[in-house]
Amino acid sequence: MTATAHAHHGPAHLQHHFETSEQQFDSAKLGLWVFLLTEVLFFSALFVAYTSYRSLHPEVFAYASNYLDTNLGAANTAVLLLSSFTVAWGVRNAQLGQRKLLIMNLIITLLCAATFMGIKYKEYSHKYHEGLLWGGAEHSIFKHNQFMILDAVKEHSHAWNEGVPEAGVAAVKDLSNDQRRDVSIFFAIYFCLTGLHGIHVLAGMVLLTLILIKVLRRKITPEYYTPVDLGALYWHLVDLVWIFLFPLLYLIR
Amino acid sequence: MIFPASNALQRTNYLNAQKGWWSWFWTIDHKRLGLMYLWGVFAMFAFGGFFAMMIRWNLATPDTNIWDPELIPAATALAKMDAYNRMFTVHGAVMIFLVIIPGIPAALGNFVLPIMLGAKDVAFPRLNRFSFHLWILGAICFILTFTVGGLDTGWTFYPTYSTGSAGKAVIFATLGTFILGFSSIFTGLNFVVTIHKLRPPGMIWFKMPLFLWAIYATAVLQILATPVIGISMLLLLVEYTMQIGIFTPELGGDPVFFQHLFWFYSHPAVYIMILPAMGVMSELIGTFSRKPIFGYKSIAMSSLAIAVISFIVWGHHMFLSGQSPLMSTIFSFLTFAVAIPSAIKVFNWVCTLYKGSISFATPMLYALSIIWLFGVGGLTGLFLSTMGVDIHLHDTYFVVAHFHFVMVGSAIFAFIGGIYYWMPKMYGRMASEKLGRITWALNFIGFNLTFLPQFVAGTKGMPRRYFDYDPEFAVYNWWSSIGAAFILVGMVLTLIAVIQAITRGRPAPANPWGGVTLEWMTESPPPEHNFEGDPPEVGDPYDVSLVEYKNELDGFVPAKPMASDPNMYDYRASLKAGVAHTNLHP
Repeated sequence: MTATAHAHHGPAHLQHHFETSEQQFDSAKLGLWVFLLTEVLFFSALFVAYTSYRSLHPEVFAYASNYLDTNLGAANTAVLLLSSFTVAWGVRNAQLGQRKLLIMNLIITLLCAATFMGIKYKEYSHKYHEGLLWGGAEHSIFKHNQFMILDAVKEHSHAWNEGVPEAGVAAVKDLSNDQRRDVSIFFAIYFCLTGLHGIHVLAGMVLLTLILIKVLRRKITPEYYTPVDLGALYWHLVDLVWIFLFPLLYLIR
Repeated sequence: MIFPASNALQRTNYLNAQKGWWSWFWTIDHKRLGLMYLWGVFAMFAFGGFFAMMIRWNLATPDTNIWDPELIPAATALAKMDAYNRMFTVHGAVMIFLVIIPGIPAALGNFVLPIMLGAKDVAFPRLNRFSFHLWILGAICFILTFTVGGLDTGWTFYPTYSTGSAGKAVIFATLGTFILGFSSIFTGLNFVVTIHKLRPPGMIWFKMPLFLWAIYATAVLQILATPVIGISMLLLLVEYTMQIGIFTPELGGDPVFFQHLFWFYSHPAVYIMILPAMGVMSELIGTFSRKPIFGYKSIAMSSLAIAVISFIVWGHHMFLSGQSPLMSTIFSFLTFAVAIPSAIKVFNWVCTLYKGSISFATPMLYALSIIWLFGVGGLTGLFLSTMGVDIHLHDTYFVVAHFHFVMVGSAIFAFIGGIYYWMPKMYGRMASEKLGRITWALNFIGFNLTFLPQFVAGTKGMPRRYFDYDPEFAVYNWWSSIGAAFILVGMVLTLIAVIQAITRGRPAPANPWGGVTLEWMTESPPPEHNFEGDPPEVGDPYDVSLVEYKNELDGFVPAKPMASDPNMYDYRASLKAGVAHTNLHP
């Protein structure tokens, strides 16, 4: 697009096919809301999977949920809620032109996101060592009877040998093959849901970093803060999904 | 050659404003993107069509020898069956995901939608370019399936075959579908925002051309349904690569769950394919009847009604999957309900024709044939939504004939009709009417010959997707294959007609057909930003009295000159200035 082909008057951020900044901002915002709608539907299949398998085996879900660490889940919820607050504050900073506060808030948001991913990593690696994985994974202790469960996994897995004593939960080795198979579906859904959410957290971090760079390069002004506004909106959705995931996965026993 | 004053081929237009292949590949101009989609779809249509012809070639006569190990070794016979599975899979997947779904919305829609709105571009031009690049990437993924043995799951990818013993091609195919899904979502998102935010001041919702209503309804479907196929494909991918178990019974999962997810998208996808075709139909029937379209509001609303109902009928694909009879009954009733808005459209088209002064130009021939083809395709759908009948007809050639009547007979015919209709706007040249009519006749006869016998074969119980059949079905298959040969010739000639039009066609005036929508109010081909100066005033898009035929222009001009657009009405001045106008239709 050459500027000469269609000369227009207006601020530098105004694209050639829009009449006014308001029209451009409204379009961008509507576009992002529609995109968030697609994101909700993207997750919806997994929520449907959760609902249907849980309604078939409610006791299995209650049992399996004992192997998730509620404290870590709660910590992650708190971290994400804080990040939602800082990013929302950031939008206000952008509107008022408070550049330093905006930078600070974006950095805190990014740090929160990194903390979230760190805690998630801790949870994942713990589950990997315990063999608390979906039924088809090599290190899973929920393998169907036609597959061999690795002795090395059995030996080191607390869940296999002792269960959760303080909660009075039976060890996995005492379950029947069918029960183990059903428990494995809980972990399949757990890893799909939290994994997909984790990918969205990472995407949000990339997005917020790009926005931070824009702020540092002084591209964001009180007249044009669309990227901050949209980035924050996206981040809220990432947060909101977790708000559903935490009780559905961790708090059902 | 004589160039009418409103033809911009010898001036700067969007085709020659910038040069070089990079100016095409990296363009954000919706018109150029539309054209590139068009040629991409042509290429994929040829690709998928090749396999269609191979299928009909194989099925032309029954394979009586293949069961005799002394005549054909078992290994050869098996290889033949495998090859057949790959052919119908690739044919189906390519035609659906790469041809019909992007065909009208992404190719024609991209080109026409912003001009119809009097806008300079879609709301997010760079996202539009990204959609197109995703489309290319998706197409490449599908082509790559051939490097790893070919895909043989059927286009539906049902587990547990697709997640178990199927070859590595599943990875590329699901990845390709995922990517194409996002291409489709972003296109839909772009169109929704464009229609909401970039309409010109005078264009209220009920002054929008019906093509835009149809594209809008389609875009809503693309936005709401496509994410579900995205996640299904992703789950299939992790199921295949990591045995996650959600679709595998041995691991506690349920393959029927995949079918629900798949059809939750793929049934609305059928309407992603047909709604834009209905939009094209409304434009063609309106323009070529020279009469205001009958029942504007009911056509517009029926598009939305179809979009809404299409979300709650997916279970009719699964009558035999073991779902509860109550569910099947509900889905069956809801499916019947789709017939109502569909029929409303057909009745309105027929009423528009009534007492119209119909011109049988090539686009109109396609439109008129769709009334028949869609009628047959739609009404046979009612047979299939009746549960008891469906148990008999399920997975027979009756189903194949039914959906080809809707998907090819309606969607592809509307696509070709639309190409003929907007060709003057796209390339500034008219396609040959003579060649157009011949190819239409070949396509129409060939199509009926191919698929009408399949209804009979299906009713008699010939199953779909089999590489061979009982000799009692030989006669239907023979005629079906003859018909396919007609279509092959017709489609090749259609392509030749398009190329001939682009290279040697008669230069087109701004409004050769007498359309009233805004794209006819700018030059052919349009300038880079669609309109010189401000877009023209918005009138009723179907008030044909707003334009009148001018013999010396061989085209239409606004009846009341509109001050904002000199090229459109000032033909008298250009006559005085010595620009030649001749009547090219003696």
